[in-house]
Amino acid sequence: MSCSEFQAQLPELIGSGADAAAHPHIQSCDLCRALLSDLETIAEAARQLLPVVEPPDELWEQIETAIKSEKR
Amino acid sequence: MVGNIAEAEDLTQEAFLQLHRKISTFRGDSAFSTWLHRLAINVVLMQLRKKGLSLISLDEAMEPVPDEGPGRSFGAPDLTLSGAIDRLVLERAVADLPAGYRLIFILHDVEGYEHNEIAAMLECSIGNSKSQLHKARLRLREALRAEARKEAQSSPTIPPR
Repeated sequence: MSCSEFQAQLPELIGSGADAAAHPHIQSCDLCRALLSDLETIAEAARQLLPVVEPPDELWEQIETAIKSEKR
Repeated sequence: MVGNIAEAEDLTQEAFLQLHRKISTFRGDSAFSTWLHRLAINVVLMQLRKKGLSLISLDEAMEPVPDEGPGRSFGAPDLTLSGAIDRLVLERAVADLPAGYRLIFILHDVEGYEHNEIAAMLECSIGNSKSQLHKARLRLREALRAEARKEAQSSPTIPPR
């Protein structure tokens, strides 16, 4: 299997939750192994992004006011 | 998703106003949470379009785009990303993604939604969600590698004495 054939399958392979690292092409191709490893690193690093910011209490008061003024 | 707390608060308010206006159109075809999420995402997308920031709109991002070719993903093995990715660099790279890619990346990789949930929210196929996420990650990889190269050039290693 060529690299482009393997990479064309990669979105589905990763998205389906299969162990892409166990794919025979990965065993024999340094470039695709590096690619897969990078994509996994990025997905892992993403989990530490964007901590949930709690909206301030005043925001709900503003929203209530806005909704009430629409009702009129 | 908009990278700015004040703007996020404005959009939160707008989403609730939209909810108030449109709640009567909810028919129960999907879970309420999915419907609400879709509504909120539309509010965000409208804002991005208004600001002209959407380099690729969600709709365009959902269209199959011509393959950028596997060549883009290649590189010398020594240019793979090292173990820890700098959080700020990654945040910047995510912020620079076209809106459609950013949305799917945030929903899946940051917020932890599954592809079937994203497909329902964005009214696209599961395969489309998978391929858009993949493209988003590939773009991030390119951006992070470019950043790493820049870093390597600006701080040449000092040879040991």
